[in-house]
Amino acid sequence: MIIPIIRTAITGLRRDRASLALSFILPIAFFTIFAVIFGGQHNSTARIKVILVDEDHSSASLDLVRGLQCESSLAVSTRPASKDKKATPLAEYTAATAEAAVKAGDAPVALIIPKGFGQNPISFGGDSSAPQIQLLNDSSDMIAPQMVSGLLQKAAMTAMPVTMAEKGMQYTDQYIGGFTPEQRKRMDNNLDQLRQLKSQQEKASTAPASSGSGGMIAVKARSVVGTDKRSPMISFYAASIGVMFLLFTATGSAGVLLDEAESGTLDRVLSSRVTMTSLLAGKLIYNTLLAFTQLAVMFLWGWAVFKLDLFTHIPGFLVMGLCTAFAVAAFGMLLASICQTRAQLGAISTLLILMMSAVGGSMFPRFLMPEAMQKAGLFTINAWAIDGFTKVFWRDLPVQQLWQQVSVLLAVGVVLFVLARRIARRWEIA
Amino acid sequence: MSASSSLPMAAPSSPTPLEIDSLSKRFGEVTAVDGVSLELGAGECLGLLGPNGAGKSTLIRSIVGRVRPDAGRVSVFGFAASSPEARAALGWVPQELAIYPRLTCKENLAAFGRYHGLSGGKLAEAVAWCLDWAALTDRAGDLEKNLSGGMKRRLNMAAGIIHRPRVVLMDEPTVGVDPQSRNRIFEMIEALRDKGAAIIYTTHYMEEAERLCDRVAIIDHGRIIAQGTNQELVHSTFASRSQVVARFANPASETGAWVEQHAGRLVDGSAEFTIERSTQIAGLLDDAAQAGLELLDVTLRRPNLESVFLHLTGRELRD
Repeated sequence: MIIPIIRTAITGLRRDRASLALSFILPIAFFTIFAVIFGGQHNSTARIKVILVDEDHSSASLDLVRGLQCESSLAVSTRPASKDKKATPLAEYTAATAEAAVKAGDAPVALIIPKGFGQNPISFGGDSSAPQIQLLNDSSDMIAPQMVSGLLQKAAMTAMPVTMAEKGMQYTDQYIGGFTPEQRKRMDNNLDQLRQLKSQQEKASTAPASSGSGGMIAVKARSVVGTDKRSPMISFYAASIGVMFLLFTATGSAGVLLDEAESGTLDRVLSSRVTMTSLLAGKLIYNTLLAFTQLAVMFLWGWAVFKLDLFTHIPGFLVMGLCTAFAVAAFGMLLASICQTRAQLGAISTLLILMMSAVGGSMFPRFLMPEAMQKAGLFTINAWAIDGFTKVFWRDLPVQQLWQQVSVLLAVGVVLFVLARRIARRWEIA
Repeated sequence: MSASSSLPMAAPSSPTPLEIDSLSKRFGEVTAVDGVSLELGAGECLGLLGPNGAGKSTLIRSIVGRVRPDAGRVSVFGFAASSPEARAALGWVPQELAIYPRLTCKENLAAFGRYHGLSGGKLAEAVAWCLDWAALTDRAGDLEKNLSGGMKRRLNMAAGIIHRPRVVLMDEPTVGVDPQSRNRIFEMIEALRDKGAAIIYTTHYMEEAERLCDRVAIIDHGRIIAQGTNQELVHSTFASRSQVVARFANPASETGAWVEQHAGRLVDGSAEFTIERSTQIAGLLDDAAQAGLELLDVTLRRPNLESVFLHLTGRELRD
């Protein structure tokens, strides 16, 4: 009697494509997404973007810049990327533009090598006169500044051997009483050999080979974004979790259309003065307002419990909230119009929303993902919404700076709604 | 409901409430409606009688503009079926309970009233009238899910006439309703008809058609196979003949040949014969006795719509 039970269950599952998809496709899709995010595939962990400003232009600073540029885990840029590759390269970053770029989210870290660094690059023994390299960072990314700081010390040890040796001699002179003429002559010979070796290495263009201990270079780290935030990352999580649940709510709410079609209510409504376009538009507006209210409640909760700065960002919240709500409402309408039954809608929406949320940054910050995955995220509503809310709540950017996110979300909403309207023709008349 | 209380609509281009001309609709290989022509006068109730799958609902949905016919024409007071004028003049009570389960009776009626363009005082008046018509005034604040089956049906009907249409299409409105509620529904329909509404009433219950309808159109396999008043249909099919229904103690295997020999047929174990004169009964019973059949009872019956349907199609209405 057990076998027939199993057979019946298997037959049922085979006919229930929605359950099949949820049982097999979703886990595989999730496994793949997270495997790619965490670099399990092709060692494609994201390189940390670093903006580098060399105000010194000394031999030591140039060595350090080259050393950092050779670091495979860093993506060092000294000037803003030009959109048109054939155009004249843009001017190099300055301390001010680098700080602005970190604030705008172009890179999580900027390093500024100050004037005079080359004269006194090493800070043995807590030498307070050594010019300090400034490390500007976005405090939403706690990993990047730590990594850059460590790699900076490594680069100093491996890319500036001559400077290190010269500085070592200076300290010996200063604290031990200097070398004998014989010792000095041998040191100078060794230094010449070291210079020749370095020159040969540069010609061979290889990366520095060894690593050393940290603390040689004086670094002064300063957060330029998020320092005044009472509860860092709350706005990020409110947006990322909020968008994911908005997608679920909007899809569920749009599913009422399927209930009405099944019960015959839709037919009856369409036999009145109501047209399909006005019916869908009405539902779209309702679902947009519902999604926006849900978002507002979530942010209010964040304000009340986690000290989220909601009331100082009202215009940005309204703009991003309404645009996001519109896009997710249209997404729900499209799914509801495509699906034949509520069960089908439930399965497909779960599959799509969880995948969009994983890739789009609702489950894991996009800036920690490999670059390809970050680009893939741009095909999701989540990514654009989270980027917009981050601009508002984290970077304190004005509403005008949201034009990209607003344009994309509105365009997505319009396109999805037009598609939903076309597909809904199946309900209009038999 | 009086004509004066109806919604304002464009001047009719035809005085006839509903005209259907050679209407056909196919779904793939199946012809659901096959060249149907009908006409409905003001204040008239036309019964559309046919078994399940005969094409009644498709015909109704074509009239209300929810099915696009492959051929033929439907006009409501001279306007095309899907035109705004026709929509304003038509009221549709679908077979399904097409109402909002999470709204109260009053809210449901108000919602459908708004969909038909009612607002303010007119909407409130229409809702109150419909609640009264459906005897739901005391349940106005109850959710649909808390109503009995009969009440739900009445609410479903009221939602179809909230805009006070002049032509009402009722698609089997008594499905699944107990006899008491059915009587209440009959009274509602009679009240509507008395107020001058033209009604098409689909059913596969012969007794409903006999009670409510001025005329009956019998539909089978998508075609109207006969139409007229109840008497006209019976007379044209049976003239002055009557039906004799005899039950025998013998099994059908023994009676079948004898019944066929006497131009009768077996229906649900009873033998049915059509006779010209009542004096033929005695001869029929003598023959049965001589054939060794043991008679249990015999009934003389005037033919009715069910007999007409059976005669015309060879099938019972509820097959």
